Amino acid sequence: MSISESDVLNIAHLARLEIETTDIPKYAQDLSSILELVEQMQTQNTDQIVPMAHPLNATQRLREDNVTEPNQRDLAMAIAPAAEAGLYLVPKVIEEQDA
Amino acid sequence: MEWEVVIGLEVHAQLATQSKIFSGAATAYGAEPNTQACMIDLGLPGVLPVLNKDVVRMATKFGLSVGAKVSQRSVFARKNYFYPDLPKGYQISQYELPIVEGGQLEIQLDENTSKVIGITRAHLEEDAGKSLHEDFHGMTGIDLNRAGTPLLEIVSEPDMRSAKEAVAYLKALHSLVRYLGICDGNMQEGSFRCDANVSIRPKGQKEFGTRTETKNVNSFRFVERAINYEVDRQIDLLESGGKVMQETRLYDANKNQTRTMRSKEEANDYRYFPDPDLLPLEISSEYIEEVRKELPELPHEKRQRFQQQYALNAYDASVLVSSLDMADYFEAVVNTVGSGNKAAKLVANWVMGDLSAALNKDLLDISESPVKASQLAGLIKRIVDNTISGKIAKIIFETLWQEGGDTDSIIEKQGLKQITDTGAIEKIIDEVIASNPQQLEQYRSGKDKLFGFFVGQTMQATKGKANPQQVNELLKKKLDG
Amino acid sequence: MHTKSVAELATDLGSKKISSVELTQHFLKRIQQHDNDLNSFITVCEERALADAKAADEMRQQGKAGPLTGIPMAQKDIFCTKGIKTTCASKILSNFVAPYDATVVERCQQAGLVMLGKTNMDEFAMGSTNENSYYGAVKNPWDQTCVTGGSSGGSAAAVAAGLTPLATGTDTGGSIRQPSALCNLTGIKPTYGRVSRYGMIAYASSLDQGGPMGRSAHDIALLLQTMAGFDPKDSTSIEREVPDYPATLEAKLDGLRIGLPKEYFATGLDANVANVIDQCAKNLEKLGAKLLEIALPTTASHVPTYYVIAPAEASSNLSRYDGARYGMRCEDPKNLEDMYKRSRGEGFGAEVKRRIMVGTYALSAGYYDAYYLKAQKIRRLICDDFNNAFKEVDVILGPTYPTTAFKIGEKLQDPVSLYLADIYTIAVNLAGLPALSMPAGFNKGLPIGAQLIGNYFTEAQLLNVAHQYQQATDWHHKLAEGY
Repeated sequence: MSISESDVLNIAHLARLEIETTDIPKYAQDLSSILELVEQMQTQNTDQIVPMAHPLNATQRLREDNVTEPNQRDLAMAIAPAAEAGLYLVPKVIEEQDA
Repeated sequence: MEWEVVIGLEVHAQLATQSKIFSGAATAYGAEPNTQACMIDLGLPGVLPVLNKDVVRMATKFGLSVGAKVSQRSVFARKNYFYPDLPKGYQISQYELPIVEGGQLEIQLDENTSKVIGITRAHLEEDAGKSLHEDFHGMTGIDLNRAGTPLLEIVSEPDMRSAKEAVAYLKALHSLVRYLGICDGNMQEGSFRCDANVSIRPKGQKEFGTRTETKNVNSFRFVERAINYEVDRQIDLLESGGKVMQETRLYDANKNQTRTMRSKEEANDYRYFPDPDLLPLEISSEYIEEVRKELPELPHEKRQRFQQQYALNAYDASVLVSSLDMADYFEAVVNTVGSGNKAAKLVANWVMGDLSAALNKDLLDISESPVKASQLAGLIKRIVDNTISGKIAKIIFETLWQEGGDTDSIIEKQGLKQITDTGAIEKIIDEVIASNPQQLEQYRSGKDKLFGFFVGQTMQATKGKANPQQVNELLKKKLDG
Repeated sequence: MHTKSVAELATDLGSKKISSVELTQHFLKRIQQHDNDLNSFITVCEERALADAKAADEMRQQGKAGPLTGIPMAQKDIFCTKGIKTTCASKILSNFVAPYDATVVERCQQAGLVMLGKTNMDEFAMGSTNENSYYGAVKNPWDQTCVTGGSSGGSAAAVAAGLTPLATGTDTGGSIRQPSALCNLTGIKPTYGRVSRYGMIAYASSLDQGGPMGRSAHDIALLLQTMAGFDPKDSTSIEREVPDYPATLEAKLDGLRIGLPKEYFATGLDANVANVIDQCAKNLEKLGAKLLEIALPTTASHVPTYYVIAPAEASSNLSRYDGARYGMRCEDPKNLEDMYKRSRGEGFGAEVKRRIMVGTYALSAGYYDAYYLKAQKIRRLICDDFNNAFKEVDVILGPTYPTTAFKIGEKLQDPVSLYLADIYTIAVNLAGLPALSMPAGFNKGLPIGAQLIGNYFTEAQLLNVAHQYQQATDWHHKLAEGY
């Protein structure tokens, strides 16, 4: 499986990662060789095998419907990059401006 | 060309829990921004979700109430995308194995027509937060109080063929979740939200047309308008040689139109996969049976009971049970008045007639009615015991609505008590006849229609208080005398 | 003092031969002396450590001391610590102070352990050399030009250099065992679900597991006792009683069936390492164990499978680092997308970005079945391999890593060759099994580790085997020169 430079850009966009232009060829090469390694899975026959998402056959535990978390806004806001009036501030989504 | 409309609805019902689906933060509406967003809701590093017991119970209740299969094994998956109201960069939802599969809901379209709408699935998921687009130095404010609020997404089959059917389905579903006590149904607060999938096809064609998904239709009226707008738009498009694009559209209630939502991404690739922080949810058949026993009387069961117990016809019963509040209101009035069948029919007429009309006019829910069940019962009691006429009752109802109080004191204060004394009525009739000799002559010479004139005059003279039945009888006697 | 075992230090504390404050000062001083060279700590929290020590001494005064009260330790910088920076060795969290403690940290504190600081690691635990740290590579005390292994390289170096008697690590594909092997330590990755993951920053949630690192099986048995146990805050935590680990250390190994997977001794394994493991097996045989050859037929698929599942989970786990609510935000974002892309682009290092991209790709439309689903199926086959093996044997013995520590910078340009070297440690995480690495010998002055893999929840048995081995050998007593 070979990953092209435009593949790198598409994946990086999906993952919201800015990649320096000069680094793209190296990422393309690295991802290609990683996927080549991963391709070796295909030699393993997995017909009729049920996928396994978790190592143990445990099932989900449930918690009682109780409010246990008090207001922690001040703690949370203290570590926020930008906050005002109890709100997190983020840059505008430009795509919505002219909609 | 004749077009057929195909509609499927996706409803997000906010489950009425105290705490969030995966955290112990409160879910109360209207709190100060971010005061109900705990570390888990905020997606801080290392924190982990633990599933709320009650959401499982509520989803199970729903599944049983629509005759669906409640899956004994369901799986939570992550839906990955970036958006500021989605703190973890993924929404925990159910994808391949939802908790509820299949099911159906019967809707009443008019007095004689009902229809069964299929329910494809219902799954549990967490809600996102809110973006506030007021200007904060050119930035957007994010309130994550709603993030992690439990939702049951109920997906219907594309079984509806008109906006009217869609509204009927939505109302039936709304009523059901309220009956089950799993959702407060408050559409203004967003507790019950609807997305509509709409497509059209030439009548007779089997394949579906390309559908659009209209989001943000958050009242019954808007659903109808948005769908009708969308249907007209699609017909115009196809009839002018255009094509319907598969897209997500937003309903703008102010302009009454739908418009393309700028797609969040060229093509959404949500990269669903099982959430490794949560294990498969397993439900035993004993648990399901236990929940089944907890089910309240469901709308269709209540309708049957109303028909039997109160001798109501199918339509009246279905209207009354369409909302739990209305059904409860009706029963409260009937029980206070006394349970004669005649009284029940009278109560039904009042609840569905004058009361509903007044509520609609003032855009109120029956739970907010200024005339409480006990007040309406007091009024109807006086109709039943002939203290007042139906006409006076309407006047008193108006007073109850505007000013409050109780029927008996209004009757007392305004002297509205019905005149049932034969002698008194006869006296008034005599006066009416005496002062209208011309009409009397015409009547006696065969102009029967003038009987109404005399009734009117008599009622007017008694300010509507005379018992109409008695007036009729006595007048007949005197005029024909 | 820093050469003493934890049990010895505990005895000294108990007999009031030394106070926790004195002990803590001693280790803080050693950190000051040596860590400029080693770079094993990201944060040293002197004030907090001394306060912890004072509290521990008071606990003892009041007769409330437990077995580890007053013993200094270090936390891998992946465990959130209230009020003390938790960076995960990433620029994106370089300013992050958690408002909560990880359950492991809470348990350590309750036991009266003294936190000296937070140790260096590969960024987000992604790596096996500890070179992928925003705070720079950690140097191996056995040879400062060599890597420590990773991702728990800071913890490994700190314990190996005697800067702390104990440290925590986390292990997603070998991150406790491999640096333990490369630094002559004993480290155990417990059964998945044994140690709470709450507050432990996730790399790959279905593989991650915290565990102790120390110089001997006895030392880490004591710390595991503190760390292990059910936590209602972690849905994947197992509700199961924790046995008394130190209590069973002395059991004899007579009749113990030890399996040697033939695939673990095939090509790729350094001959010197192979010899050391052979010798280790023979020693265990002398202690009464029976050696049996076993097969793990899926071995060739272990690395490929891991490098789908781990990056897939990571790509999603790391989406929360978006510059919106905490952590680093890029300068002057032009719009929302710019904030996301530059905060993440600048905040993550190259290896993290590589793995996020691999995982994103593996989960994306059209590739999910061929990669992610396929890997999940092989994961079941891997489990079956081990289940079959454990019908025949009690524990599995093999090398922890194919080579000894290599030079810093040597393999930076070739991620795949590093991935391939994870061959012996990775399957354990995919299967969720417990495994331990213990010192077993040296080659050219560099340590070699032997790995013991056990069936689910057999940590006590692994610690017992390692302890018995350590009673008969002295590899684990050897210390790097200069420390």
